[in-house]
Amino acid sequence: MIGLEWYLGVSALLFVIGVLGVLTRKNAIVVFMCVELMLSAVNISLVAFSSYMGDVHGMILVFFVLCVAAAEACVGLAIVIAIYRNNITADISKINLLRW
Amino acid sequence: METFFFVFVATFAVGTALAMVLSKNTVNSALFLIMHMLSVSGFYLTLNAQFLAVIQILVYAGAIMVLFLFVIMVLNMDEDEQIVTRVNFKQIFALLITLVVLAQLLYIAGDYSGILPDLSQQEMIAVGTVEAIGDELFTTFLLPFEATAVLLTAAVVGAMLLAQRNVNVEDEEE
Repeated sequence: MIGLEWYLGVSALLFVIGVLGVLTRKNAIVVFMCVELMLSAVNISLVAFSSYMGDVHGMILVFFVLCVAAAEACVGLAIVIAIYRNNITADISKINLLRW
Repeated sequence: METFFFVFVATFAVGTALAMVLSKNTVNSALFLIMHMLSVSGFYLTLNAQFLAVIQILVYAGAIMVLFLFVIMVLNMDEDEQIVTRVNFKQIFALLITLVVLAQLLYIAGDYSGILPDLSQQEMIAVGTVEAIGDELFTTFLLPFEATAVLLTAAVVGAMLLAQRNVNVEDEEE
């Protein structure tokens, strides 16, 4: 059986790759995909803890995270489409209407 | 065998995640993310969470990524964006933040000393079955479960409203 810390390590690595993508990429859709990556990285560590503790509650939390991720992707992509219609760009560095 | 499968899945997951962040084409990124989701469900299988492994493929690789690909198709984003052609201050700063966060997370994960219960293989398998999750979901977590239904309905209605073409113009025509 693989130790719990290996799952936590892989989960941390994947989360950090997601953070890197959110910070460096400019395409709004790729940024969304990196957020999904971070969510699934956290899900891995939740499931790992749940399985090693013999407690089902962690897996139920992952189920709810999946539902919220689906809702978030749906609304977020609709916002991207609305912005693209008005500005003809999906480049988030060019959307600076609220910047002071 | 189990260790070999874990190493294979972990390498695949990290590789596809990196390829997703670094690939220039948006469609390629989306396809790499689908492969990443498949490897995440491989992780769930090694952890004896069969139900979540199936749900992961159905919801993420099936539904969410199809939505992403549809939006990429609608917006017709085929131009390659430049990622690392010239290294600027912002990207170095982003890399620095990333490394700091990684160091913190690994420090905490390596330092974890909580007492894990001594479970047999049989008990670990019993945790992730559809029966165990469904039993808990429809008794203790019934109210949050119903709230999720409302959340998803609200999200669908909101998405339709947001993505509608020129709401004001259509109102005037009527």
